[in-house]
Amino acid sequence: MNAQTMSQIGEFLIALMVLLGALLGALSAFGLIRLPDVYMRSHAATKSATLGVLLILAGAFLYFTFYLEHVSAKLLLGIIFVFITGPVAGHLNGRAAYRSGVSMWEKSVHDDLKPALKRERERMRESSNADHPGKG
Amino acid sequence: MIQSMLIASLVILSLAILGCLYRLIKGPSMNDRIMSLDTIGIILLSMIAVLCMLFRTTVYFDIILLIGILTFIGTTALARYIERGDVIERTDDESDR
Repeated sequence: MNAQTMSQIGEFLIALMVLLGALLGALSAFGLIRLPDVYMRSHAATKSATLGVLLILAGAFLYFTFYLEHVSAKLLLGIIFVFITGPVAGHLNGRAAYRSGVSMWEKSVHDDLKPALKRERERMRESSNADHPGKG
Repeated sequence: MIQSMLIASLVILSLAILGCLYRLIKGPSMNDRIMSLDTIGIILLSMIAVLCMLFRTTVYFDIILLIGILTFIGTTALARYIERGDVIERTDDESDR
């Protein structure tokens, strides 16, 4: 196996990685259309889109490293940044949805957060009444 | 070979953005729209990475970082606004004044 064949195989593998990442992005859009409520949709949008972007950015990093002789720290920084902030943004959005009262799918069977949130709100109200007795 | 695969992935990513646009317009609650905007930003970022590979240039790497940061900040600000009614939380002694 000579060097040219090796280089072609490497190029093909990198292109396959990029294509797989694009398919994962399309899969997340499909889940975003089809799933029934906000929480399930955030599952689809957060996980598979993040993985797809990670695959595409890693493919671009490998391509620029091996074929154009350019090791890009910016691309690595972008990979790490997306890897950290994608799930955090999804979690913030789901929390905002639950606390602002977006209802779940009517066929959902289990909701552990509801009694916990109720307890927390009661505790908050009691403590604010103790702080400002005149206003409460 | 690699060129045609990259162009195919660009087409697939554009279709994914179209799917997110459907949810952005229709979405029953505000959080659906925020989430779909977040996904559109992330997919746009990967489209720019594919374009960099296609044109064999490194000048768009700054744009990748910029879109990543802007998407995260936008999603955070919008989610906090939906949840609490303000973006930057004030402490108790400030609000008493």
